[in-house]
Amino acid sequence: MRALETVLLAKGYVDPAALDLIVETYETKIGPRCGAQVVAKAWVDPAYRQRLLADGTAAVAELSFSGRQGEHLKVVENTGQVHNLVVCTLCSCYPWPVLGLPPVWYKSAPYRSRAVIDPRGVLADFGVTLPRDKTIRVWDSTAEMRYLVLPQRPAGTEGWSEERLAELVTRDSMIGTGLPHPAGAGA
Amino acid sequence: MTLPSDMLKLIPALPCDVEGPVFREPWEAQAFALAVDAHAKGLFTWSEWAAALSAQIKAAQLAGDPDTGETYYQHWLATLEGLTVSKGATSLDQLKQVQSAWDRAARATPHGQPIVLENDPLAS
Repeated sequence: MRALETVLLAKGYVDPAALDLIVETYETKIGPRCGAQVVAKAWVDPAYRQRLLADGTAAVAELSFSGRQGEHLKVVENTGQVHNLVVCTLCSCYPWPVLGLPPVWYKSAPYRSRAVIDPRGVLADFGVTLPRDKTIRVWDSTAEMRYLVLPQRPAGTEGWSEERLAELVTRDSMIGTGLPHPAGAGA
Repeated sequence: MTLPSDMLKLIPALPCDVEGPVFREPWEAQAFALAVDAHAKGLFTWSEWAAALSAQIKAAQLAGDPDTGETYYQHWLATLEGLTVSKGATSLDQLKQVQSAWDRAARATPHGQPIVLENDPLAS
């Protein structure tokens, strides 16, 4: 496919910006997109949460969306003290079997370089402001190890079903550039 | 950029959910985008595309393709290759050459780094 793409690009039959635009339209339609279900289950089921944090690959496979590729998935948990942010500084490694296609900004050079140097600034660009005393941990993905953020469960969701909780889980909250929707947001 | 549904309807057996096309892997979306944009730039008409794709899929089925959806975008790519050549935008030889260049580049690229065509040791 890369050969075909190279030839079409060289002859001007496709243009990279247009390709990105088309792919972006469908980026939420790629892969099993099961991340939200994984997070919601971890919120309601403490034993599952334990297994997920201990071995992300196996715990995600339990929900039968097995990652086809060999890479390992490590789940990192946000707490009152720590916020996690995922980046791939080298290229754009991404847990797509869980999250679908990476958003275009994830692949951009500014995000890849700034996420490490100035994570707080990057989060501010995404509209996320964290307390100054909260630690931000940045995880750099590789071809062998992908990361998924387990966000904090929003307040006021006691007794909610997994399905209802899953609607609060955004893609960005599992990359760390966002937070889940609050309980009040109409989903 | 969403495709009009009447265009999508012409395409045989396109994997879709209620809202539109779905893809199992990122490269499938890239392949989808290539055909959509090449059509937008006028390389072929959409009915030519639909006809060529059905022919490709039928031929594959006759050759024993299980047609479970897993091979769908392989047929998609083969169709795009065929049309690109028959429309004279490239030749099979040129395509093969670029393919080998990508293969060499991939092998010459250290693990963990993005593969770019410039890494082809034979690139001048």
